[in-house]
Amino acid sequence: MRALPVILMLLLVSAQTFAIDTERAFEDEAQQARYERLSRELRCLQCRSETIADSNASLASDLRRQLRELMAAGKSDAEIMQYMTDRYSDYVLYKPPLAPRTWLLWAAPALFVLGGAMAAVIVIRRKAQLPEEDPADPGLGAS
Amino acid sequence: MLKYLIPAGLFAILIVFFFVGLGRDKETLPSPLIGKAAPVFDLPTVEDPAQRISNNAFAGRMYVVNVWATWCVGCRQEHEALMEIAGRNEVPIVGLNWKDQLDLAQQWLRELGNPYVVNAFDAEGRVAIDWGVYGAPETFLIDAQGKVIHKHVAPLTVEIWNRDFVPLLQNVKAGS
Repeated sequence: MRALPVILMLLLVSAQTFAIDTERAFEDEAQQARYERLSRELRCLQCRSETIADSNASLASDLRRQLRELMAAGKSDAEIMQYMTDRYSDYVLYKPPLAPRTWLLWAAPALFVLGGAMAAVIVIRRKAQLPEEDPADPGLGAS
Repeated sequence: MLKYLIPAGLFAILIVFFFVGLGRDKETLPSPLIGKAAPVFDLPTVEDPAQRISNNAFAGRMYVVNVWATWCVGCRQEHEALMEIAGRNEVPIVGLNWKDQLDLAQQWLRELGNPYVVNAFDAEGRVAIDWGVYGAPETFLIDAQGKVIHKHVAPLTVEIWNRDFVPLLQNVKAGS
């Protein structure tokens, strides 16, 4: 049983070795890092919940090839992302852009925290106003 | 009273939110190509790889581009509908054979019939990327000005054709 945490930790570390895209795309260290970063920002549209870096769908490998070629042609990050969204819409971006139609998506975490905080304040204040001993509930006081 | 109304109200909002979410089609992605000029391609034909076909050959008239492949189950499903639509001679259907094998594609056309005026052979899937293809079968309608005016993802049926494509064909004819 003592081995279990160790196994779990090793599994966690080994996530990198499950990578689909194992072949190095660029000799240059910085270019390779940039390639890996960009391929994690693009969605595979055949298998929606995976990035093109994680997917072995044929479209994902085609998009990786396209990404390598665009990088080799000296395109900037913005130009590459524009190339992809021109063809596949914003959906191809793993990080959706901040736009009027995505405000709810981006605001949702803050709205949930705000809602929770408001509920907490209301409950705490109401509890504070209650008398120490509830005359309507003799059961609790008695026990 | 309020004590019960607030949670009930919140619950109702959640229900509406999820219900709307359920009804929405999350499979079909909006195409950024709609209203834009159709990407130009120039590829070998499936019929004879020594010949080439460009969609420039269809400039000035409406045409349909249908993305298909022999490995695509949905394409087999829609093939009969394509045959029927092609038989009406309303608009030329150009096939874009996507990441396929030439011999299998030729065999498919021989055995199931050929609804296409011509088939472009996109072995590497580069043209498909230009067209924003993410899952065959996909069907595009291009108008006489060379603009993409409609895209259908998933197998085509005669009903879908009559409902979504035919009115667009008539609109353009009436306008000219």
